Amino acid sequence: MSSSGILKSSLAKKYAMALTGLFLCLFLVGHLLGNLQLFIPGVEGQTAFNEYALFMTTFPLVKVLSYLTYASVLFHVVDGVVLTLQNRKARPARYAVEKGSANAGWSSRNMAVLGTIVLVFIVTHMQNFWWKMHFDKAMPTQTVNGVELKDLHTVVMNFFDPAINSMAAAAAGLYVLGMFALGFHLWHGFSSAFQSMGVRHETYTPWIERAGQAFAVLVPAAFASIPLYLFLTQA
Amino acid sequence: MNLTLKVWRQNGPQDKGHFDTHQLSDVTGDMSFLEMMDVLNDKIIREGGEPIAFDHDCREGICGMCSMFINGEAHGPGRGVTTCQLHMRSFKDGDTITIEPWRASAFPVVKDLTVDRSAFDRIIQAGGYVSVNTSGETLDANAIPVPKADADEAFNAATCIGCGACVATCKNASAMLFVSAKVSQFALLPQGQPERKRRVTRMVEQMDKEGFGNCTNTGACAVECPKGIDLTNIARMNRDFLNASVTGQ
Ligand code: SF4
Ligand code: FES
Repeated sequence: MSSSGILKSSLAKKYAMALTGLFLCLFLVGHLLGNLQLFIPGVEGQTAFNEYALFMTTFPLVKVLSYLTYASVLFHVVDGVVLTLQNRKARPARYAVEKGSANAGWSSRNMAVLGTIVLVFIVTHMQNFWWKMHFDKAMPTQTVNGVELKDLHTVVMNFFDPAINSMAAAAAGLYVLGMFALGFHLWHGFSSAFQSMGVRHETYTPWIERAGQAFAVLVPAAFASIPLYLFLTQA
Repeated sequence: MNLTLKVWRQNGPQDKGHFDTHQLSDVTGDMSFLEMMDVLNDKIIREGGEPIAFDHDCREGICGMCSMFINGEAHGPGRGVTTCQLHMRSFKDGDTITIEPWRASAFPVVKDLTVDRSAFDRIIQAGGYVSVNTSGETLDANAIPVPKADADEAFNAATCIGCGACVATCKNASAMLFVSAKVSQFALLPQGQPERKRRVTRMVEQMDKEGFGNCTNTGACAVECPKGIDLTNIARMNRDFLNASVTGQ
């Protein structure tokens, strides 16, 4: 097979899915660690978060990583759509009776739907925070030691404050929903990525699966706890 | 027991197909599913109808011909069995049983429950073999030492009967379990090494060409496989293909 043939093969598409997916898992950890600063109360928390936001949008190495992240999301989505369409074509006539639950887990059978929900979440999420941080001229500011910082902290606080944003409850609710979808997507996706790359071992695979499930529960739960906390403490 | 049978009828690959419903009485628990189908066909013939076409051969679970999707599962309920090894005691009086052919664009329906699985043969032709010298100086296979664990693994992979239940079950109609079993049975043995990279590349290429879907690791294939072929084989094939791609074959 020519090398272009190899790249077009079903397995190469799976490798791409696995590698971008695992890279995005790393991104999630980084993003979560940053977000957890929103639990720090008062001006101290505000300063920490805004300095962190500045660092994340200007430090060259982080910028490289963020471009890699955008590319991974795009690739993961496009590759996922291509794979899903090919899979539909491979079974044009559906079964009248199909007992999918008899032989496979629910999340493994619904990765495309779950992924789509996560994508919708990402788009709205970027619109609400990322876009404002990067392009909004009316962004509030905070002055720390004479330096003017973009005040993303206040944007986030206000977004989940029902006194300021009438949609705050819905925003927190939809955020949690998005994290549910992410959790189920990861429940299958994390360990599936290892299988796609051919990493399978009698002793270690059960541990990879357990780690994947722990990741799928803990990371989205930690993310979701933040808007819930901000909404409930401000309500 | 008395059963209601909803059976897929289709006159050829182009026909749209439909379900026919039959009532069948006096079915006993120790009939195999295929014997029950024989009784049904007998009844249809006596009533002047056209019998249902279905594939079968050995009727002892080794040929892989008896492809039937029964009540939403390949080879029906029960694990580790083909349709011919499924017994009517798995059902109860008054049950409605829906019987469909394997559904995959790579397995076109020939008639009713019979599908064309020659896509599998073409995958084997693409590389599922070892080239041996037949000049009369062929080395005795037993003269080459093989670690017991590898021999066992290779043997397990070689028990695949090419039934296609993995494809039928997979929500993507992927043939990965079958192809990986056929790749593994040689990849694990010394005789398979010289052609190892070429084999996996060609077989995967042919698999894609035939229009099977992509593996999403749901694992349904391994659950429904009558021979217990497991996902280790798919991982091995993923590894081998990656290796062959990176090191150039
Ligand atoms: S892997 Fe199992 S289900 Fe698939 S063709 Fe072989 S025996 Fe049948
Ligand atoms: S008829 Fe041979 S396996 Fe069922």
